[in-house]
Amino acid sequence: MKIKINLSERSSDFAKEVEKRSGIKVKECYQCGKCTAGCPVAYEMDYMPNQIIRLVQIGARREALTSRTIWLCASCITCSTRCPKEVKIAELMDVLREMALEENLANPLEKNITAFHESFLNSVKKHGRISEVWMLNEYKMKRPKTALQDLVVAPQMIGKGKLSFLPHNIKGKDAISRIFKKCKPK
Amino acid sequence: MGKKIGVFVCHCGTNISATVDVEKVAEEAKKKYPGVSYATTYKYMCSDPGQKLLREKIEEEGLTGVVVAACSPKMHERTFRNAAVKTGLNPYQVEVSNIREQCSWVHHDKALGTEKSIDLVRMMTEKARKDRSLDSIKVPVTKRALVIGGGIAGIQAALDIADGGIEVILVEKDASIGGHMAQLSETFPTLDCSQCILTPRMVEVAQHENIKLYTWSEIESVGGYIGNFDVKIRKKARSVDLDLCTGCSSCWQVCPSKKIKSDFEMNLGNRTAIYIPFPQAIPSKPVIDREHCLLFRDARKKGIPPAESKVCRKCYDVCPIAPVKAIDYSHEDEIVEEKVGAIVVATGYQELKNNLYGEYGKGKYADVITGLQFERLASASGPTEGLIKRPSDGKEPEIVVFIQCVGSRDPAKGCSYCSKTCCMYTAKHTMLYKHKVHHGHAFVFYIDIRCGGKNYEEFSLRAIEEEGATYLRGRVSRIYKKGDKLIVLGADTLTGSQVEIEADMVVLASAMKAQDDAEDVARKLSIQYDKDRFFSELHPKLRPVESSNAGIFLAGACQGPKDIPETVAQASGAASKVQALLSSDELEREPVVARVDRLPPPLFSTCIGCFYCQRVCPYGAIEQEDIKARDGSVIKTVARVNVGLCQGCGLCAATCRSKSVELEGFNDEQVFAEINSVEFN
Repeated sequence: MKIKINLSERSSDFAKEVEKRSGIKVKECYQCGKCTAGCPVAYEMDYMPNQIIRLVQIGARREALTSRTIWLCASCITCSTRCPKEVKIAELMDVLREMALEENLANPLEKNITAFHESFLNSVKKHGRISEVWMLNEYKMKRPKTALQDLVVAPQMIGKGKLSFLPHNIKGKDAISRIFKKCKPK
Repeated sequence: MGKKIGVFVCHCGTNISATVDVEKVAEEAKKKYPGVSYATTYKYMCSDPGQKLLREKIEEEGLTGVVVAACSPKMHERTFRNAAVKTGLNPYQVEVSNIREQCSWVHHDKALGTEKSIDLVRMMTEKARKDRSLDSIKVPVTKRALVIGGGIAGIQAALDIADGGIEVILVEKDASIGGHMAQLSETFPTLDCSQCILTPRMVEVAQHENIKLYTWSEIESVGGYIGNFDVKIRKKARSVDLDLCTGCSSCWQVCPSKKIKSDFEMNLGNRTAIYIPFPQAIPSKPVIDREHCLLFRDARKKGIPPAESKVCRKCYDVCPIAPVKAIDYSHEDEIVEEKVGAIVVATGYQELKNNLYGEYGKGKYADVITGLQFERLASASGPTEGLIKRPSDGKEPEIVVFIQCVGSRDPAKGCSYCSKTCCMYTAKHTMLYKHKVHHGHAFVFYIDIRCGGKNYEEFSLRAIEEEGATYLRGRVSRIYKKGDKLIVLGADTLTGSQVEIEADMVVLASAMKAQDDAEDVARKLSIQYDKDRFFSELHPKLRPVESSNAGIFLAGACQGPKDIPETVAQASGAASKVQALLSSDELEREPVVARVDRLPPPLFSTCIGCFYCQRVCPYGAIEQEDIKARDGSVIKTVARVNVGLCQGCGLCAATCRSKSVELEGFNDEQVFAEINSVEFN
């Protein structure tokens, strides 16, 4: 990889943009690697968690947003909990995911995850919470290859009342949609 | 009456007793060695009860000689001798036999170790039987000190010594004191202005009644020894009379040679041929640069004395001092002699030259500058009055790349060490730059960020987090010019990527190196220096301000790269050492010195006057003495040892062809007794 830095493409703008959108001070990371050391899914990642922050720090926009790592992060928050500089790494991944989607840079290898991510958020947007059946429905429409995946557990879950066919809306649905509106990049 | 010798064998915990049967050693000594009237063992001889045992037994048994079998005499000889002195025994009747470093630590077999210890103790017992009582030598002390170098180290040392009421001679080779600190813009980690904190101290030096200041002067030679050094100082021809000159500035205003690169401005600014290095210079009186002055150039060309040259003379004409002008073209170097009791060496460092790295342009690119050059750019009194303008075209640089470890940690370029200050000053540079160019971008290439010091880590993080400097982990491979930009090819190992930056200016954090004349100075002072030509301290931990030559102390970066706080601390340390040394009227020296024998007439001395000893003596301690008859005629010329200079190395004794020289405490009788006592079988 080669990173070019010049005045016309101000590299530090990416870091500033991420900092502005996330409220996370990316510059404060001093690359000790503790996040990577404790990450349970790092073995699958193309860039280690600390490298993702590094890419943001030095303005490697494309590398950061097209990485698989941001989609593989399971948001277990182990990294953020343990970070000595209190950088919220898992939260940063969220912001990077959003930016990747907006810019159509999401890694094609992780289409399942992106589809799941979108279905999940759409469900929350619509009902203020997850409606498992409708969310799965949307997800499986988006990724037909997964249609039969996990289908065998459905009867059991229905039997235990874990899958309800009618979506439940929460009380503050309006508030949720206002949050979504506010979060939309200008 | 024979001697009554006591043998004390130390267990040293298990350090000795694990490999040596100490009881057996003591037993053998008492049974078999002639002269031994008492022998015992003890767990720790150096402990308080151990020393008490020694004292008690000397008194109870009436011992007239002592052998302590323990660790190296380097470690505790003084301890045991001091203990013996309290009982009235002469300290030179106490010998230490080393059965630890040279026996128990290096052997495994206990039987053999014990046997060897028995031999070692026997040797020392034989020597002890021949020991003579010696009295320490007293030398008078000159209560004045010399400080070489007028940077912050020399200034601090001089002030601290002078405040203690001791007269100080401060010698500075440049026209003004102040050193590198005067060149700095602001100082880490507090960002206070360097000159603002330095100049009051410089003024204090100039006004201190106990400090005699020699600027534009160098050390010519140093003779003598601790407490009594004879120093010759070369006062280089200044061409300006310091007593008459008032520093009115008329002369350097009229000087027509205005385009001479200023050393003080690191070649970024110009000065005149008659000049003061910077406005706050102490003394604030000029010097004529004879290489560039038109008059001196003319005199050299014509081969006439400068005073006879008629060229220019503007400074002389304008000088308002009457009737005798302060400017004197006929000034010549002058040698002054001073006597001092102690010396502080504070000769400082130099910045690595810019032209060492071909890949960084070999000093050809005007906009690739060094750390000290950046200091001058950022300094309010510098050539740009504190505005960050790049040297080539005076434009304000929008992207500046700082490269750390230029020279440092680069064995291929001859500096394997870390210069220690660059991480901090680069962080400072990025801040100064961002404070002055708000929209600018600062990039730093580093290998490690080493900020060990009070508030240092916080300072460097501030540069990154608050001031927004981008740190990239890797060295720069190459810099080349493209249009008016400098392309910097580097790496960021944290992402594993190559980095290419289009920069407007590059600042190299150049290494701190020993002065060019460091070896020369070391030779004049007979002090040791290391592979990088920094002066060596006597012990890296416990004697960090003492040089290898007694009475000469070290302060500041001449001993190794150092920042200002450390330099000041070391200078104060050296000053306190000087004060302790000069606090007594006489110095006591070990009487282990050489002596040339003197006999009754008609022989007078067995010395045949070949003076081979004089040639081999590394300390210049051998003198020639004429033995005269009553009528004043010289009967014979023989060697004599100056006990003040003699360090007891024994070279003269070994060289002497007529066996006339003897080393006290290690004479032939003693040494042969030692050797003969070992049974060869």
